[in-house]
Amino acid sequence: MGFEKFLFYVFALILIFAAVRVITVRNSVHAALFLVLAFFTSAALWLLIEAEFLAITLVLVYVGAVMVLFLFVVMMLDLNVDPVREGFIKYLPVGAAVALLIVIEMGLVVGSSYFATDQYSLVARAADYSNTKELGSVLYTFYVYPFEIASVILLVAIVAAISLTMRRREGVKAQDPGRQVRASRDDRVRLVHLAPEKKK
Amino acid sequence: MNFVAPDFMPVLPELLVLTMACLVLVIDVFLEQRQRHITYGLAQLTLVGAALLTLVTYAQAPVTTMFGHYIKDAMGDLLKLFIYLATAVVFLYSRDYLKQRDLFKGEYYVLGLFGVLGMMIMVSAHSLLSVYLGLELLSLSLYALVVTDRDSPVASEAAMKYFVLGSLASGMLLYGISMIYGATGSVDLQVVADAVAVQGKDNLVLVFGLVFLVVGLSFKLGAVPFHMWLPDVYQGAPTSVTLYIGSAPKLAAFALVMRILVEGLGALQDDWHQMLIILSALSIALGNLAALMQSNIKRMLAYSTISHVGFLLLGILSGTPEGYAAAMFYTIVYVLMAVGAFGVIIMLSRAGFEAENIDDFKGLNDRSPWLAFLMMMIMMSMAGVPFLVGFYAKWVVLQAIINVGLVWLALLGVLFSVIGAFYYLRVIKCMYFDKPEQSGEPITLSMDTEIAISANGLLVVVLGLYPTALMDVVRSGLLN
Repeated sequence: MGFEKFLFYVFALILIFAAVRVITVRNSVHAALFLVLAFFTSAALWLLIEAEFLAITLVLVYVGAVMVLFLFVVMMLDLNVDPVREGFIKYLPVGAAVALLIVIEMGLVVGSSYFATDQYSLVARAADYSNTKELGSVLYTFYVYPFEIASVILLVAIVAAISLTMRRREGVKAQDPGRQVRASRDDRVRLVHLAPEKKK
Repeated sequence: MNFVAPDFMPVLPELLVLTMACLVLVIDVFLEQRQRHITYGLAQLTLVGAALLTLVTYAQAPVTTMFGHYIKDAMGDLLKLFIYLATAVVFLYSRDYLKQRDLFKGEYYVLGLFGVLGMMIMVSAHSLLSVYLGLELLSLSLYALVVTDRDSPVASEAAMKYFVLGSLASGMLLYGISMIYGATGSVDLQVVADAVAVQGKDNLVLVFGLVFLVVGLSFKLGAVPFHMWLPDVYQGAPTSVTLYIGSAPKLAAFALVMRILVEGLGALQDDWHQMLIILSALSIALGNLAALMQSNIKRMLAYSTISHVGFLLLGILSGTPEGYAAAMFYTIVYVLMAVGAFGVIIMLSRAGFEAENIDDFKGLNDRSPWLAFLMMMIMMSMAGVPFLVGFYAKWVVLQAIINVGLVWLALLGVLFSVIGAFYYLRVIKCMYFDKPEQSGEPITLSMDTEIAISANGLLVVVLGLYPTALMDVVRSGLLN
């Protein structure tokens, strides 16, 4: 248990450091990379509590797909964040005071003693125990209703994104493969009957 | 593992709306612009079909299905019927407006239907998970609807504000939900309610989570001090979308508060009672005072919405079945009046002209006496003039809180309603006594729109004379 606890604290510290850097670092590419680090360490934390499937999904989906896309966007847009930060120093004391107050209040109220943590202690599982199967069997049965709603939300997100960005512009020179395939010889070749020229 | 397939019968209306929304999405792609009325017809047909299904399967006793994520009870079915009705009227009123502005596109109806689905899920949610997902589905549709007019900078700004503040509210709500889940170990509202009843206020985490939940709910309702997004969104969005946002979602928001606070956390009533007192007192005061100073009528109605939300919360905070019935009655009546008021605004707008300012109502009596009369009835009802339905709605709410001994709060509500009457009466004065700035041509409406707005305005009068008809329906919905 000792070594696991040590690992937990190492990863937790790296996670907090990375999360803080995401919002404090000036360069937005660096911020995105710190976010990758944050995802990676949280995946490691999940591995520690034997949630292997979720940990791997986090790395594959968020680090592998979402963040790479994010980096592309950040690099292409060439965002200038300096104007956004103009009021930062001005509002820092108020913001910091409020944040500190909330942290203290939460510390007073939300101790682990109030949560029924003893009910949810880790259950030792055999080595061939499949996390994925277990998740899948509840996701598609007892949670099928929320699961389906989540998929509808994604559908709405797609519809919204397309309706916001797609414009039909007039006069765009684009190929129409259907018309290209349907083209027959008559459309392309015209036989011209030329009377032979006589030599004078 | 034992798995028995859940009973799908109660969920039929939701399944129908979902299927039809997807169908409309696909069919719309193959339609020419001049055939777009088919999309409109299909959307209306969906609402009629869902209403029929809900009526046929109307709940006699509460039934939970989908493993506790879904409940079908009379309150839910009743609210759903009003949601279909409000949305159908919204679609009808906005049809000509959208056509004139080149916004008559399939997305408006597809997103509108998905919004209706989100509301239905919220209304019959029986777990914190489905409450949240339904709310997100509705919100996401609304964000996209606000910015349907992509080239309008005001609309983009409004959508951006709505999106950022809405996400913040969702974060608050989720944080509260996670606290409740951590303390009770379940998302099922029944299990939560039982666990809360046992632990009660000994568990500080529950109260802590409750604070976040109330903050999140107030954001979504638009109660002061979490109202900042509401005037900007109402003003910035195209009037057709303002009409949509201002109507049916209020019914869903009422259901949301009922499900979470009353059904889930009823045992913590002493705590949320105090929070809601502050929220409602501030909403009634600030909403009415800020509305006095507006010259834009959409913004004015937004502040008036805030004050009406305050009244709605008054009914809920009383914590009695009578109070809940009063709040539900108030919400339904408010939606009726809001649809009418925004409907008249939408009908005054023509191609290339937005009737947005109160000045645009000047001399409406000369241009269209009937429309001016309907608007006068709606405005007077909103102000709470006796013998109109708005008066009775305020009356039952105030009665409910006086019965629990909060006389000072009732006095505050009456006082600010009297102050608020000024800005409603100003609209009436504009319509009847002021000369128009430019001579407007008479207003021509299509037949179905004219019938609907007449029915809408007259209903305010008729229900004012026979309020018990609606009140009995509401009571029967809440008490079974």
